[in-house]
Amino acid sequence: MSLSLRHSFLDGAAASRSARRALPALNSRHAILAGRGSFFEMSNAQIQNPTAVHRFAILTSGATVLLLMAGALVTSNDAADSVPDWPLAYGKIIPPLVGGIRYEFAHRVVAAAVAVLTLILAIWLARAENRRMVRRLGWTALALVVVQALLGALRVRFGHPPVVATIHATVAQIFFITTIALAFYSSPFGRREIPPLEDSASPAMRPLALWTTLAIFVQLILGAGFRHGAFGILPHLLGAALVLFFVAWTGRVAKERFGKVPEIHRAMVLLHATFGTQILLGIAAYWAVAKAIQEVQPTVPYVILTVAHVLVGALVLASSVLLTLCCFRLIRPQAAVSVTSRAAGTAIR
Amino acid sequence: MNIKFLHLTFAALLAFAIVGCGGSKNESTSQPANTAPASAKTVDAATVGSVTGTVNLDGAAPSARPINMSAEPYCAKAHSTPIVPPEVVTGDKGALANVVVFVKDGLSADYTFDTPKNAVTLDQKGCMYEPHVIALMTGQTISVKNDDQTTHNIHPTPKDNREWNQSQPPGASPIDQSFARAELAIPVKCNVHPWMKSYIFVFKHPYYAVTTKDGKFELKGLPPGTYTIEAWQEKYGPVDQTVTIGAKESKPVSFTFKANASGD
Repeated sequence: MSLSLRHSFLDGAAASRSARRALPALNSRHAILAGRGSFFEMSNAQIQNPTAVHRFAILTSGATVLLLMAGALVTSNDAADSVPDWPLAYGKIIPPLVGGIRYEFAHRVVAAAVAVLTLILAIWLARAENRRMVRRLGWTALALVVVQALLGALRVRFGHPPVVATIHATVAQIFFITTIALAFYSSPFGRREIPPLEDSASPAMRPLALWTTLAIFVQLILGAGFRHGAFGILPHLLGAALVLFFVAWTGRVAKERFGKVPEIHRAMVLLHATFGTQILLGIAAYWAVAKAIQEVQPTVPYVILTVAHVLVGALVLASSVLLTLCCFRLIRPQAAVSVTSRAAGTAIR
Repeated sequence: MNIKFLHLTFAALLAFAIVGCGGSKNESTSQPANTAPASAKTVDAATVGSVTGTVNLDGAAPSARPINMSAEPYCAKAHSTPIVPPEVVTGDKGALANVVVFVKDGLSADYTFDTPKNAVTLDQKGCMYEPHVIALMTGQTISVKNDDQTTHNIHPTPKDNREWNQSQPPGASPIDQSFARAELAIPVKCNVHPWMKSYIFVFKHPYYAVTTKDGKFELKGLPPGTYTIEAWQEKYGPVDQTVTIGAKESKPVSFTFKANASGD
């Protein structure tokens, strides 16, 4: 991810405010930071019914977890093609609920419910939220849910190319972390003004957390590709090693520098707990896949373990996203720190 | 933002329209038929011979876990005894059923063959495919019937032919389809009932047979020549033999698959 995108999306309000206070003379840099930090600049702005919006965002995230589970059940039960038409099912609104049709139809119903929740959330944010980027994030979630529905339709109507199925699974994760971000930003912690923490050591905590999230995201794509037959298991295994490295590194840095910051500590514990569970589930799921190859139909252990592996994988990503957002919310960016130092130096001279 | 949002909405609606108007997988697989070569010739019926034989399994058929049909009560009630997957089906003295025996190599590409007028039937009965393995020629009709009082979807997943996936409720008319290109072992699945699996073989020529429980086969009307005959079994894979037949000659060929080996 480029530096500019990182700054425009995740820079802290406090950082830009501090930089502005410290750098009245550095107009160009100041303007960039202020502009890019405008989203957080409004973090103390009042929104109508903030608690209700936050709860609704959490509800949408929770429903998305159910949707991910429903989708995973479709794949694990080999039921993706059990309903050959779309948007109707067997030419009806409610098809005969037998065999694999139950999984596919349940997936469509939960998807429709999540789409409605996302629409309500986007409209609610558009009307009640005065941070522009949060409103945009709401519309982004809605656009993603539409794209995801179209991908699902392509998947149904044009067969099972592994690429389409993998993209469908990938967009599902992007949508999920978007809802997580909305829940985060609508929370009291995401809205209130917080004094920034300094982080001058190397590697900087903020980019490290971001890279960990990216590594987990790539790993989920590799897992989806393996699951849908786009490629073998080796990239997914290498990805697991990479994620292990990043999670361990992030954990160590977070503990050393920010171990006493409750938000970061909690997010780190959540990430480690979900990731540890995921490693164990990955081994168990691989065993189940190997055993199921010779079976004529999906076995119960295969379905349970693979669905759990997909679901916990999404939760690992969500935990890492929360940690990253916490870091960007709490820690002053090192760029702002160095600019502040230079400004102080100029003032002394 | 409003303009961008309008653009986004328009793009989404356009994409919906494209998907909505797109081709359905239920369309007929009417692809260009194989065209006859310029030097097309027909088999001289006065000189043809045949290959006959049996296919056997050396050893005991592997035990298979019964199919769990509890996901669909109708299917479960359709069988009084547990059903095992028909992956390895044997008759008396190890005779092996559901083996496709065919001319793999040696037949001149100049020969042309009429497409049979009769349809090959794939039936869905008791939530199982009958027969488990079928073979037909390019362009020949495959007629899929549903004798069950439950809904099935028929979903062949070929590599060289067009994939299709069609639903068939109880009492629906047979689904007639065909395959334009020769292809071996096209998997057929019912995604409603994941244990339902079948294989379709499509040939350009008529020299193929699928064994029944007596394990016997006969490839009739072969012009004189040297041929590679292949026997394919779902679990044990393919086995080849070479045979030379003269004019009006009938040659016996037997295949034996080892129960605990690949059989190659």
